[in-house]
Amino acid sequence: MFSNYDVIETIEMIEKEHLDIRTVTMGISLLSCVRENAKKTADAVYDLVCRQAEGLVPTAEALSREYGIPIVNKRVSVTPVSLITAAFPQESAAVGWALDRAAHTLGIDFLGGYSALLHKGTADYEAAFLDTIPELLSTTERVCSSVNVGSSRSGINMNAVRRMGGIIKETAARTASADGIGCAKLVVFCNAVEDNPFMAGAFHGVGEGGSVINVGVSGPGVVEHALKSVPDADLSAAAELIKRTAFKITRAGQLVASEAAKRLHVPFGIVDLSLAPTPANGDSVARILEEMGLSVVGCHGTTAALAMLNDAVKKGGVMASSRVGGLSGAFIPVSEDIGMIEAARGGAITIDKLEAMTCVCSVGLDMIAIPGDTSEAVLSAIIADEAAIGMINNKTTAVRVIPAPGKGVGDEVEFGGLLGRAPIMPVHTGDPSRFIGRGGLIPAPIHSFKN
Amino acid sequence: MKAVVTVSGADRTGIIAVVSTYLYENGINIEDISQTVMGDHFAMIMRVDLSGSGKDIATLAAALEHKGGEIGMSIRLQHEAIFDAMHRV
Repeated sequence: MFSNYDVIETIEMIEKEHLDIRTVTMGISLLSCVRENAKKTADAVYDLVCRQAEGLVPTAEALSREYGIPIVNKRVSVTPVSLITAAFPQESAAVGWALDRAAHTLGIDFLGGYSALLHKGTADYEAAFLDTIPELLSTTERVCSSVNVGSSRSGINMNAVRRMGGIIKETAARTASADGIGCAKLVVFCNAVEDNPFMAGAFHGVGEGGSVINVGVSGPGVVEHALKSVPDADLSAAAELIKRTAFKITRAGQLVASEAAKRLHVPFGIVDLSLAPTPANGDSVARILEEMGLSVVGCHGTTAALAMLNDAVKKGGVMASSRVGGLSGAFIPVSEDIGMIEAARGGAITIDKLEAMTCVCSVGLDMIAIPGDTSEAVLSAIIADEAAIGMINNKTTAVRVIPAPGKGVGDEVEFGGLLGRAPIMPVHTGDPSRFIGRGGLIPAPIHSFKN
Repeated sequence: MKAVVTVSGADRTGIIAVVSTYLYENGINIEDISQTVMGDHFAMIMRVDLSGSGKDIATLAAALEHKGGEIGMSIRLQHEAIFDAMHRV
């Protein structure tokens, strides 16, 4: 039985330290929606998503009221759309628009899965699908897109990497009036996972069942608060405390996940153990690293501190959940974390340091605003670097950068809400275009041959 | 179904009366109660059984929150599963 102290601790975590369930995401397979043309397919998609996820928002809200814990986002992920529009790829946006309508009908803020899996090659229908992404992202509000360009097993599809630089640029141009916000809904992955509940990179993998409930927990503020209580502890003791804290956070996620799955008559999938920040004060991963003893996130020592944090969160979380998955690690999105925003404003954190940090945490260069005149080749090269880190280290990496049109270093962009705001960060200006222009496939690393 | 009621805020007269009257009127049995005043801050934790109540937990929680607002206190009613989950291996 829990004690009065436990009751107070839980309530303080929720009310003072921003403990919440970050997302309850229902994955839905669209493979049964393929029809003979785009219109009929889009209609079938709309009907299926609305029917399958009808109870998602009311159920999550009821759970939130019963347990007294906020469930911030209710979301849906779907089968990569490129797979169901393969017969009419130029008209893929029709399905994307149907998904946006479904998101509005369901009352959810984001729906992920306008996606393509290109890690070993790009089929003609996939190339045509990619061309529809900028238009889709600029004409919808809630649909998120992701493209997997590499994996540890297959290498990096550099033709897709090259194309994605252009797609990011075009998406920024089409949403220029809102500082290129379309790019905030577009993630380029290496080693994308099929059960990630977090946006913008969520999609429902083809290896998944028909429908599934995945839950993402959060609570950077809870970890920060716990560390504040042991300002002089050595790092082994600090890691132990983070583990214990992660355990409690994850248990809340496991409870909500299993109960939501039961009530929605959908199998429970995974709990994603990520620490996901928001722009609110007291909800920052950067502040945890600073609490460990760094004067500002981005200084030397940041990578080590993050490695320890990430590992301790996983160890505590794995014990607390019957099944973990998704991305499961600390997120370091710049625009969505008040500590990161301030460090970026002061020039304390650079894109190079962020790249190093992605070697030890989930998930990649995330929500970074860069100069609007950044070339397609540089964007592709940023993607290639991140993909290489993921491929070699057998981990998921991603790039979600926003080349804000008309903006340069010294300017700031404001996306609002959970997407936050970010100062424009400088990128290297040397020209990688000959390297990117080569195309082809970077072969899989030798340690991928495990059979 | 078991739940936990927590009440906190500046101390004043009649807090327990307001809460327990509401619980009584709604067929909710109090199984354990622990209350303290630190300085002028009032804190109370109750374990209650909702099985005799005809209302669902969300309705009861909202009503108690409203009652709390009327007397300037924060009152929460939560399913005990959240505490069990977080604090037991």
